[in-house]
Amino acid sequence: MNGLIILAALLFWLAAWAVNVRLSKNPDKPGRRIIVPVLFGIAIIVLWEGLVRGLEVKAVLLPPPSAIVVALGDKAGTLWIDFVQTFIKGALTGYAIGCGAAFLTAILIDRSPFLQRGLLPVGNFVAALPIIGMAPILVMWFGFDWQSKAAVVVVMCFFPMLVNTVQGLQQADPMSRDLMRTYGASYWQTLFKLRLPAAGPFIFNGLKICTTLALIGAIVAEFFGSPIKGMGFRISTEVGRLSLDMVWATIVVSALAGTAFYGVVTLLEKAATFWHPSQRR
Amino acid sequence: MSRFLSHALPILTVVALIVGLWYLAAIALNAPWARDQATRAGVDLSASELVADTWSQDKPKLPAPHQIATEIWETTAEKKITSKRSLVYHGWITLSATLLGFVFGAGFGILLAIGIVYNRAMDMSVMPWVIASQAIPILAIAPMIIVVLNAVGLSGLIPKAIISMYLSFFPVVVGMVKGLRSPDAMLIDQMRTYSASPAQTFWKLRFPSSVPYLFTSLKVAVAASLVGAIVGELPTGAVAGLGARLLAGSYYGQTIQIWSALISAAALAACLVGIVGLVERVVNKRMGFAR
Repeated sequence: MNGLIILAALLFWLAAWAVNVRLSKNPDKPGRRIIVPVLFGIAIIVLWEGLVRGLEVKAVLLPPPSAIVVALGDKAGTLWIDFVQTFIKGALTGYAIGCGAAFLTAILIDRSPFLQRGLLPVGNFVAALPIIGMAPILVMWFGFDWQSKAAVVVVMCFFPMLVNTVQGLQQADPMSRDLMRTYGASYWQTLFKLRLPAAGPFIFNGLKICTTLALIGAIVAEFFGSPIKGMGFRISTEVGRLSLDMVWATIVVSALAGTAFYGVVTLLEKAATFWHPSQRR
Repeated sequence: MSRFLSHALPILTVVALIVGLWYLAAIALNAPWARDQATRAGVDLSASELVADTWSQDKPKLPAPHQIATEIWETTAEKKITSKRSLVYHGWITLSATLLGFVFGAGFGILLAIGIVYNRAMDMSVMPWVIASQAIPILAIAPMIIVVLNAVGLSGLIPKAIISMYLSFFPVVVGMVKGLRSPDAMLIDQMRTYSASPAQTFWKLRFPSSVPYLFTSLKVAVAASLVGAIVGELPTGAVAGLGARLLAGSYYGQTIQIWSALISAAALAACLVGIVGLVERVVNKRMGFAR
């Protein structure tokens, strides 16, 4: 019986792969770019379910996808509370403060080329550091609740955003700047009408990088101490209780939240920098 | 000299500024405790005594840079490397997991990228998931991987290396796919007119032109790999490694220990990225990419 389940799962996977190979011969037909990856994803899930059931893998090692879906439905209330605590309160607040502060700092620095030359290498250096290690310190400073998580996110988002914005503000080419000067434009007019729009792609690049950092920061900061809610708290405690279906359910929620967050910023980017070559089709 | 002035001086100024701000912040954050202690002992603190106290507390809210420097010196140079209190010992444990994970992650990343570039079905099925996975907080899975691998009998280096591998894998795939596709259609057509085999096209055209992209993503990957190793050390309950030092420090309120672990992790990251950058420069020069 178990052998049959494994065989069926493997056959389904092979069949899906064969269909994908056929479908991808004409990648330009409408819908193909969506159908193929979706089919691949479904095939992986079926294979996972089949192997876990067929080989009788213990639920404490790897729960089947169906159990994860059940957990998603049963514990929806808890998952929602965790989501609000970690994503809305921790990640989003920190993201807004961190990116906003970095943006304003970049505009301030922009007036001094000396500071720019000093800050760009330092910022690049800091952006590569394991800043997540600041988490225990910030938890100590700001307490266990979401404020400390937001603080971690602020620190994590600040430098990538700063470096990108500073680079972006240098993008307007000298010709256009000279043109603004011949118009007698003030510093602020040049900033708002020429340089900020020209910096758009870089600013959005920073914003997109920070979406992932924000979620990671908020979740990992909870490993160092949190109230009894939050996605990081849920993952670390449910792992301890060996209820892995709940852990996976939380991971699914965080993955969906992360993708949606990234997607929203990408949509904003499309709306704001529609003129840039990278957005044209 | 003018080169020094235009490059190093601004950086040094900014660093000096940060250190200065740090000392000021240390005064501001540690002063309440110092004042509290003084009132309890019934002593009046003069301003200079207050400042001196805020820079030399045992468990300050924010240790001053020189306190961290002393702690790092004591735990690296003055302890035996085998001692459990030596930062070199903990750093090595983290570093070995980082390197193992980095090598495997980069290797698998390159292989998958080759598969994606040469097989259209794979490109269309896998690539969207690789891109989507960039938006997922992968680190959240770390504790689960550790515990599950522990349950099947794997512990110590391997689980951490797997997390590192996982984190360094994605930047390499994305960068490598971009790199392998970077030769333009003209060049590929040219290879075809030479009647080059696919293998020849790969080794003589695609692979060499992907090298600059590879190194850019390797730098991201090695930094991510270190983060993975550090976070991987958290759920096992502070046994060994820089992550364990962080966690133990936060349990016992040893802020100086946390900061010294943090600074060493930062230095380690800087060294790793620097080494990759150095290799990049040498390779690019040999291959003629350098301008």
